Amino acid sequence: MVTRPLRDSVGAHYGSRSWLIQRSTALIMVVYTLVFLGLVITKRRFDYEAWTALFSSAAFRVASLLFIASLCWHAWIGMRDIWMDYVKPVGVRLLVEALTVVMLVIFVIWAADILWLGAVR
Amino acid sequence: MASGDAPPVKSRPVYLNLAHIRQPIPAIVSILHRISGAGLTVFGIALLLWGLQASLSSPEAFAALAAWFDKPIVKLVFLGFTWAYLHHFFAGLRFLFLDVHIGDTLKQARASGMAVIVVSVVLTVLAGVWLW
Repeated sequence: MVTRPLRDSVGAHYGSRSWLIQRSTALIMVVYTLVFLGLVITKRRFDYEAWTALFSSAAFRVASLLFIASLCWHAWIGMRDIWMDYVKPVGVRLLVEALTVVMLVIFVIWAADILWLGAVR
Repeated sequence: MASGDAPPVKSRPVYLNLAHIRQPIPAIVSILHRISGAGLTVFGIALLLWGLQASLSSPEAFAALAAWFDKPIVKLVFLGFTWAYLHHFFAGLRFLFLDVHIGDTLKQARASGMAVIVVSVVLTVLAGVWLW
């Protein structure tokens, strides 16, 4: 009987998944960027009332958090590529990668805090 | 190698010094994409969230932020991030097209690379004009 190994013994094969995530988060950001510019540039007056009115919409807050989360996930893949290319000692690389993850997770939590809890205070 | 053999070209470089190699346009677009991405991550996201938080928190904070944007140095830093975002945006779109084999001949890739650089700089200048 011929058996196949459950997984390939060479290569982690997570590259295509990272590639797809990086591209899909990029497309989300492209759409948000164009919608955001469209909403802001078409405003006749750009003041505090207009700005907060924009963020009073739940849909816009959800879209904004989706943008920030996409941005951070996208940034993680890019920063990980950079660390892998330039930081060769494994211990140092794991440290800067861990710090990058912590920073980006904090950014997403901070964004959620601004977009939802900020209005309550 | 026998001691009598002379190397065919004496001026060949013995190592790859990046500062001495004239980079092709797609290489310049690529490294700027990486640099702009790193800059946006390390400094841009925190500044963006800080600005968003301040601008939404109160009319006074919004006014203070707007007044801050009257300073030339703040405008210049903002334009720096604007360029980084625009370059990363357009270079990224170019990579998306290259991924699906649109415009991936050498001639097209050089032209689109130059277009990315020019469009990003022109839009940054326009943003500067609008800001001033």
